[in-house]
Amino acid sequence: MLEDLERAYQNALAELDEVADQDALEAWRVRHLGRKAPLMRAYGRLRDLPPEERPQVGRRINAMRDHLQNAYEAKAHALREAALRRSLEEERIDVTLPGRPKPIGRLHPTTRTIRHIVRIFQDMGFQVFRSREVETDEYNFQLLNIPPHHPARDMQDTFYVRTPGAQEGETPPVVLRTHTSPGQIHAMRFYASLNPENPPPIRVVLPGMVFRYEQITARSEIQFTQVEGLVVGRNISFADLKGTLNEWARRMFGQHVRTRFRASYFPFTEPSAEMDVECFLCGGKGCPVCKYTGWLEVLGSGMVHPVVLKNGGYDPEKFTGFAFGMGPERITMLRHGIKDIRFFWSNDVRLLEQF
Amino acid sequence: MKVPISWLKDYVDIPVSVEELARRLTNAGLEVEAVHYVGLPMPEDTTGLDFKVSGLAWDPEKIVVAEVREVVPHPNADRLVLARVFDGQEEHMVVTGAPNLFPYKGQGPLDPPLKVVYAKEGAVLNDPYNPGQTMRLKRRKIRGVTSYSMVCSERELGISDEHEGIIILDPDAPTGTPLVDYMGDAVLDIAITPNMARNLGLIGIAREVAALFGTELRKPDTRLPEDGPSIQGRAAIRITDPDVNPRFALGLIEGVRIGPSPYEVQRRLRLAGMRPINNIVDATNYVMLEWGEPLHAFDYDVLRERAEGGAPTIITRRAQPGETITTLDGETRTLPPYAIVVADTQGPLSIAGVMGGQESEVNPQTTRVLLEAAVWDPITIRRVSKALKLNTEAAYRFSRGVHPALVPLALGRALRLMQQWAGGVVARDILDAYPKPHRDPVNVITPRDVQRYLGLNLSAEAIADLLRRLEFEVTIEGEGPDARLVVRTPPHRLDIGEGVVGRADLMEEIARLYGYDRIPETRLADELPPQVSDPRLEGETQVVDTLVKLGLQEVITYRLTSPEREARALAPGVTPPPEDAYVQLLNPISEDRRVLRRALLPNLLEVAERNARFVERQALFEVGPVFWPREGELLPDEPAHLAILLTGPREPEYWTDEAPETMDFYDLKGVLEGLAQALHLEEPLRFEPAQHPSMHPGKTAVVYLGARAIGHVGELHPEVAARYDIPYPVIVAELELAPLVDAIPERYTIRPISPYPPVVEDVAFIVDEAIPAAQVEQVIREAGGARLVRVELFDVYQDPEKLGPGKKSLAYHLTYQDPTRTLTDKDAAKIRKRIIRRVEQTLGAKLRGG
Repeated sequence: MLEDLERAYQNALAELDEVADQDALEAWRVRHLGRKAPLMRAYGRLRDLPPEERPQVGRRINAMRDHLQNAYEAKAHALREAALRRSLEEERIDVTLPGRPKPIGRLHPTTRTIRHIVRIFQDMGFQVFRSREVETDEYNFQLLNIPPHHPARDMQDTFYVRTPGAQEGETPPVVLRTHTSPGQIHAMRFYASLNPENPPPIRVVLPGMVFRYEQITARSEIQFTQVEGLVVGRNISFADLKGTLNEWARRMFGQHVRTRFRASYFPFTEPSAEMDVECFLCGGKGCPVCKYTGWLEVLGSGMVHPVVLKNGGYDPEKFTGFAFGMGPERITMLRHGIKDIRFFWSNDVRLLEQF
Repeated sequence: MKVPISWLKDYVDIPVSVEELARRLTNAGLEVEAVHYVGLPMPEDTTGLDFKVSGLAWDPEKIVVAEVREVVPHPNADRLVLARVFDGQEEHMVVTGAPNLFPYKGQGPLDPPLKVVYAKEGAVLNDPYNPGQTMRLKRRKIRGVTSYSMVCSERELGISDEHEGIIILDPDAPTGTPLVDYMGDAVLDIAITPNMARNLGLIGIAREVAALFGTELRKPDTRLPEDGPSIQGRAAIRITDPDVNPRFALGLIEGVRIGPSPYEVQRRLRLAGMRPINNIVDATNYVMLEWGEPLHAFDYDVLRERAEGGAPTIITRRAQPGETITTLDGETRTLPPYAIVVADTQGPLSIAGVMGGQESEVNPQTTRVLLEAAVWDPITIRRVSKALKLNTEAAYRFSRGVHPALVPLALGRALRLMQQWAGGVVARDILDAYPKPHRDPVNVITPRDVQRYLGLNLSAEAIADLLRRLEFEVTIEGEGPDARLVVRTPPHRLDIGEGVVGRADLMEEIARLYGYDRIPETRLADELPPQVSDPRLEGETQVVDTLVKLGLQEVITYRLTSPEREARALAPGVTPPPEDAYVQLLNPISEDRRVLRRALLPNLLEVAERNARFVERQALFEVGPVFWPREGELLPDEPAHLAILLTGPREPEYWTDEAPETMDFYDLKGVLEGLAQALHLEEPLRFEPAQHPSMHPGKTAVVYLGARAIGHVGELHPEVAARYDIPYPVIVAELELAPLVDAIPERYTIRPISPYPPVVEDVAFIVDEAIPAAQVEQVIREAGGARLVRVELFDVYQDPEKLGPGKKSLAYHLTYQDPTRTLTDKDAAKIRKRIIRRVEQTLGAKLRGG
């Protein structure tokens, strides 16, 4: 009997080697470890053996059964592993295919630059003050120390607005603002109105759209934005102007950027200054963007003209101030290598989505 | 203004290179835009130079002053001659076609010889026939005669465009000297700002240079030669309006011979941008360029003739109605009534301060010259010059202001030069009418003012020293920071005011001369202003940021448009607004940018139209003002609007083969609802069916915020969409921004999450198709009460066979929850029953499957 069992046992092991899938394994289990398997039936036949042989044969049968059971479990594990490996292999994807694009919302580059500029000044205690785009000649020019027929009007070609009853030949009373500077008067008058006897100090930035009578070309536009700034107080000096604008330039263009101030002229400031920053593209060595000068003109500035202070409701005997103005489009063009100013209002999404 | 360095050096020594001079002038507010080299060596490396560089350097070895000793005929060509040229070392035969040598042909040896510019073999010159190119002189044969060198014209040397003949130098030019040493030059092109009108003459520039470098200013002799009989009684002056003509003076020179000016004078005038005419006119221009005071020369005999042989009376007055004059350029011009004329008793002689008249101008036969120097009201000159489109050098200077003290100086200097260049005798005295004397302002400043204004700690002496360099007369009273500096404005500048303005003007001069770069840098230490917030701006920023987060691209478009462009966005049959509904420009650059926009939508459509050629999916918005004229108001209303446009596939395309869905009304409605949610509006936006002139009549809603309609959302009318050539349905919205922003609450509370489980159940109603879903939801919410915390429409279904014609089914997930306890089945059934009953009763609905 034991011999038959030994043979069946050897067969079972040999068959197990051939088993290649889960179904075959189950069939094998039924065949060799199921109730009808020769080995299992052998337990029933133990009684037929002489009592003295029974323990020995019984132990042997147990050993063979345990061994088959273990072999079965090992095989089952191996098959599961193989199946998993196979299925993982089959699920392989091409990770180099592009991802599914998500729509990304973006600010217009002008908005981005204005926010960048303004944020730096806000950190220095400046507040945003906005004013209208269609202005009176009075606010756009006269109150800024630019009377009718002043030569400075040649510096700014103006769009005039049709108004009923305006006289032919006279200067039309309404314009599209040529600069954000009328906001200086609005801001001063607003702050002065808070306490006319003792007007409070002012620290504002005035971003906004301005208009010039120009042809639309790669270098000139009929509308562009400006960020103006105005500081008024009892002890504001030209040294404060330099310090404030230098701080701004270092945060805007890099901590190590150098600046320089040149004398200039604006009717509403005295003294007036242009500020240049060292070309941040070439580090001042000279490149096409800075036209090999090593410097980039970024803003105009100056001490607020006494007449302008007075027009704003601030006594120039007691108050001084400084003002500045810059062009976000120009700064954007410099920073991003844009050559054509028409880029800004053409809104070509192929360009906008690069910001 | 063009400033030849050689000329400038007549008045001031320049201790630095041309490039350094340019840099210093620029920093001091005299912006040097370009330097044109005319002979002087050019900088090898232009890196770091702020100005444009152009021109030609003259090789000292190869281009020299030479003399033409004889001109002989060319053996083989009538149009050429041979010049025997001595260059200081040897003689050369030079082939030339210069017409101004032909008169000397065959005259034998010339005594004195003609001084010319001689360029040797290998010299680099401008190519006269290829502007912008240079050429190197090479040996070649011209008509059988070997040529290796040439005598030069101004064009070849880069002095001017003159190429009719060769340069014939003044007789004292030293033969053999390198030309660059004799007249090498560089011309600074300086942009003069309106406040620097005093520097529209070389003396002004020289004064600035002297002040910047601490060197001495050398002024030329301006005394009247006074060697003839007095002018008294030989002419008279009558000023009718001293306000427009504060000073008018006349001088006289007799016995002049009209002819060309010395070559050096002509060269300087050309370099300064003026055309030499003759010795008399050149003298007036030379003095204008030197002092900044324009002059005008009359033929005295013409004036006497007009005065019937007597002494002419020169009258300055406003033009009479319709008065005309023929000016120097031959044009007959009708004068505006505000123009000032210089006239005699017969009529106008010149347009004062702008241009002279033809009849009395100096001509080749003139022997007696009456010379005018005057000053005029700048605004009047500016207006006249603009109206007549005459931008003359004189008008340019007078419209910026000329100091009356220059009048006698310029007269004396010009008469002196005329005598030098044209001979003659200068009459003793001048006639000088000065009815409105100018008072030069006197200002008082203290070192403390300088400290306060510039942040600069300077002693009274140091301040005085800076100002004196610019010819301010300064006296110091007292000591220390409160010492008084009494500063008298020098009699050549009109830009210094009085009082607080004058002080600021002086601060500029101190800062400029001290150097902006040396002024210290300080942080703002002054009191911080009251912090005033701008809630509108903050709200607008929130709107913009939310739309960006929702995946939309911000655009900014032109404020300027045309009524036609806006009408393009209107459906057929809609009447566009009249032209006067727009803010209109008086001087548009073009018809299609002649008004300010009334809406954002048409611009947004144009943007989408352009982009549709390149991209399928567009999600755009703009926030900005629109402009509406207001009845009886000078200035228009400028309300801020928000416009949104969606078109194309809902998702950006990628490599899948699933067909993308296109965006429709509900995408844009979802954007608006998302916006309202993100802004925490206290009540949701409401949408009601409506009409809009640009939109699809069945797919348009008016948007309500509370009781106020703030705009529209809808699909673009298909006929409008067709005009813009966009291949997908276009969904648009335009809303007023202010009400939306004003509705953003200052703060909001959040609902706690109930710890008790919610009961979720589904219910579907069959209602008439015409009943808006919003109404059904409203009834459900009202009936559900506080425990109904969520109503979610998850299915809309139409099937005439199953539901009956004209019916639709709306299926909802309803969520009930109580913050204080777990709801029982009984509680839920009660709420459900209430909802069903109410919806059935008020809307005639039927519970589906009920």
